[in-house]
Amino acid sequence: MDLVTVIFFLGIVGLTLVVTYIAAKRTSSASDFYTAGGGLKGWQNGLAIAGDYLSAAAFLGVSGAIALTGFDGFFFSVGYVVANLVLLYIIAEPMRNLGRYTLADMLTARFSEKRVRGIAATSTITIVILYMIAQLVGAGALIKLLFGIDYWLAVLIVGVMMTTYVLFGGMTATSWVQIIKACLLLFGTTLLAFLVLWKFDFSLMKMFDTISTQHGDQYLVPGMKYTSMIDSVSMMMALVLGTSGLPHILMRFFTVKDAKTARTSISWTTWVTAIFFSLTIFLGFGAMHFVGIDTIKAENAAGNTAAPLLAEFLGGNILLSFIAAVAFATILAVVSGLVLTGASAISHDIYGEILNDGKLSEKQQVLAARIGSISIAVVSIILALFAQSLNVSFLVSFAFCIGASANLPVILYTIYWKRFNSNGVIAAMATGLISCLVLGAMGPNVWNPVEGAAIFVGEPLVPLSVPAIITIPLGFIAGYLGTVLTAKKSSDAEEIYKEIRVKANTGVAVSEVSHH
Amino acid sequence: MTNVTTMRNAQVAKQKSEVSVKSSRNDSINFDQIYEMESFNKFVRKKNAFLFGTTGVFLFLYILLPILAFTPVLQQKWIGNITGVWVYSAGLFVMTVVLCMVYTKMAPKFDQMASEVLSEYEQGGAK
Repeated sequence: MDLVTVIFFLGIVGLTLVVTYIAAKRTSSASDFYTAGGGLKGWQNGLAIAGDYLSAAAFLGVSGAIALTGFDGFFFSVGYVVANLVLLYIIAEPMRNLGRYTLADMLTARFSEKRVRGIAATSTITIVILYMIAQLVGAGALIKLLFGIDYWLAVLIVGVMMTTYVLFGGMTATSWVQIIKACLLLFGTTLLAFLVLWKFDFSLMKMFDTISTQHGDQYLVPGMKYTSMIDSVSMMMALVLGTSGLPHILMRFFTVKDAKTARTSISWTTWVTAIFFSLTIFLGFGAMHFVGIDTIKAENAAGNTAAPLLAEFLGGNILLSFIAAVAFATILAVVSGLVLTGASAISHDIYGEILNDGKLSEKQQVLAARIGSISIAVVSIILALFAQSLNVSFLVSFAFCIGASANLPVILYTIYWKRFNSNGVIAAMATGLISCLVLGAMGPNVWNPVEGAAIFVGEPLVPLSVPAIITIPLGFIAGYLGTVLTAKKSSDAEEIYKEIRVKANTGVAVSEVSHH
Repeated sequence: MTNVTTMRNAQVAKQKSEVSVKSSRNDSINFDQIYEMESFNKFVRKKNAFLFGTTGVFLFLYILLPILAFTPVLQQKWIGNITGVWVYSAGLFVMTVVLCMVYTKMAPKFDQMASEVLSEYEQGGAK
C-alpha cells in the first residue's frame, strides 16, 4: 500500500463517517431508522437505488466477465437495465402506496396474519444472507488483492464499517453512502471509458475491428461462457424479474413520501444504470485488449480485477488507487443496505410485529433495530470467514432467483388479483424459496465433475446455473393453486381487497397505511 | 432525551397534518363506494391495459435476446465488425430509456384521472 492509496482509502472512510455522524443526529424513530423518515427526494433515492444495482458484482464482475468472455458478460448488463422497467411499470408505485418499512408490511396490509409476515421475513432473510455472503467473500478477496491485507482482516474491516453506518445512521446514512458511491462509480467508469475510447480514436468501429482481428470473433457473440440457450434464457429471466423481488431494492421505495416520488426515483435509476452499463463494454474490451486476458486471469481467475488493472494501465498508480477506493466504497454501500434490510425483517417483522404484536414503543423499536443490525452483521461476517475458500459469487444469482420465484408472484397477486388469499401467499413463497434452493443446490454451481471448479465433485442433476425458468412458473402456479384449492368466500377479505385496489391505484389515504 | 424525542414526534405529527389533507379524511373514506364507481373501474382498466400491455411487449423483446443470440441472425456482423447481438442489446438499452420517458409522460395523466375519480367520489359523498 502506498501513500496515494492510503489517502483515497481514508478519504472514503472519512467522508462516509461524516455522513453517518450527520445522519445519526437525525435518526431517532423507527421510521427514521428504516426509511429515513420517508423524506428522501426522488433523485436522491434514484441514485441510492442505482447504488444498490451497481454492486461490486456489477462493476468488477461484469467488466471482468466481458474482458474474459466477451458478449456473454454483457448479458448481465442488459438484464440489470431492462429490470428497471418492471419496477417502474408494475411494482414501484403500488409498493409505495401499500407498504411501510418492509415487504411483509406490504403483504400484511392485505393479509393481516402472522404466518404471512413470517414467511415474507424468512424469504427476506434468506435473500439477504445469500447476497451478503457473496458480497463479503468477494470484498475480502478484493481488498486482499488491492491493499494486500489478510482476508480475515479485510472482511472484519468491511463488517465493522457497515455495522457502524447502519447502527448509528440507519437508512439516512445508508442512503447517502449509496449516493456518494453511485456518483464516484459513475465518474470513475466514465473516466475509464473515455480513456479507452481515446485509445481507439473515439471510434466504436475501430474498437470492434481490433477485438475481431486481434482477439477473435468468438468474443463478439455468446458462447464462451453460456453455451446453452435455455441456460441463458433462465439466467436472463432471473435478472429481469428478480430485481423486482429483492427486498433491499423494494425497501427503498418506502424512503420517499409518495408514489410520484417513487416514480421519479426509478427514472433516475434507469438513466444512471443505462449509462453505467453501456460503459461496461469499454471497460471490458479495454481490459481485454490493453491488459490482456492472460494477465487478468493470472491475477484473478474470475476476472474481478480487470477494471482496476485497466485503470492502472490507463492512469498509473493514481487512477488504480482511485478505482480501488471506489470499489471499496461500492462494497461498503451495498452490504450496509443489506444489513439494514436484514435488520428490518428480524427486528420489525419477527421481533416487533410477530413476537410483540406490534406493541413496541418507539424507543424499543429503535433498540430492536440496532440489535437486529448487529446480529445480522455478526452472522454474515462469521459465515463469510468460513466461506473464504469457496467460490460463492453464484449466490447472488440464487438471490435473484428467489426474488423472482418467491417474492414477485406474491407481490403481483397481492396488488392485482382479487381472489388471492393467505394460503396462496404461503404456497407461492414456500414453493419459490425451496425450489430455488433445492434446484440451485443440484446445479452446476455446486456440482462439477472437475475438482475445484465447484463446491462438490460430481455431475450436476440440474443443468441450469440459475433454475429460474422452472422456479418462476412454479411460484406462480403454487400461488394460484394454493388460492383456488382453499378458497372460501369471505366478505372481509373482499372488503380488504377493495381497499387495496383503491389505495394502490389512487394513492388515497396512503399516509394512513404508512404511518399507523 | 425523552423530551427531545417527544418534541420531535409532536413536530412530525404537526407537519403531517399540515402537509397531508388526505390523511384528515381517512376515517370517512368509503373504499367500497370508490371500488364500485364506474369511473374508477374505467380508469383502472385503462391504466392496467397500458401497464401490462407495455410490460408484455418489453419482456418479449427482452427475452428474444438470449434466444436469438444463439441463432445466426444475431451472430452475423451487421455493421462493420459489430455483430447483431450488440446492436440488439443497444436497441434494448434505447427501448428502456424511451419507455421510461413514455411512462413519466403517461403517469401524470393517470394521476389526473385518479384525482378526478376522487373528486367525483367526494362530490357524491357530499350529496
